[in-house]
Amino acid sequence: MIEYALNFGFVCVALALLMNLYRLTAGPTTADRVLAVDTMAINAIALLVLYGIGKATAMYFEGALLFAMFGFVSTVAYCKFVLRGDIIE
Amino acid sequence: MPFVIELIISLLIVIGGAFLLIGSFGMIKLRDLLPRLHAPTKASTVGLGSLLIASMLFFWVERGHFTIHELLITLFIFLTAPITANLIAKAYMLLNVDPNKDLPPSKQDEGWATFDPIGPEGYDPSEEYQEKET
Repeated sequence: MIEYALNFGFVCVALALLMNLYRLTAGPTTADRVLAVDTMAINAIALLVLYGIGKATAMYFEGALLFAMFGFVSTVAYCKFVLRGDIIE
Repeated sequence: MPFVIELIISLLIVIGGAFLLIGSFGMIKLRDLLPRLHAPTKASTVGLGSLLIASMLFFWVERGHFTIHELLITLFIFLTAPITANLIAKAYMLLNVDPNKDLPPSKQDEGWATFDPIGPEGYDPSEEYQEKET
């Protein structure tokens, strides 16, 4: 039964990533694109967690943790650049 | 693996996937950035949270010992999501909102902090920055 639930989860996350990709390309403002990339990082974490459950290995957990950290850092860096014109003042 | 545990894990995965889909559907459905900003919060709290609980339960039953290291991701996402949303909203307001027309007056000597970084005593951060460069 877990296999069917995992397939459903993969389809959901893939559709969510496609919707984020649409917002990334068509977003009218810069902030829309930053928000789309941030949501894509969250969806990528979900995809890695699902893949880890499917393969029954905890190796993908480190990848998910790295995605969580670098998604946050990249979003903050880009917003800081828009706000101040500089990242490290 | 017992049937009840398997049912709970499958249910958590389905709930998580559905909430991730709903959160990203809000990104293309809502009309503006500021309403759009609250759509991915569903994905990052309920969606990712239930997926990580499912992962914890799965590896508990699979390996036989209980670990909480998936909670690290949940904790990190919960700590950083408000900061991210605040910074994105500030960047949007700086680029797309007119402080004289769209915002109420701040009723103080200085303006709103996003648009008026100069403090009330005439403190100009750009002067300090130029001194540091020379």
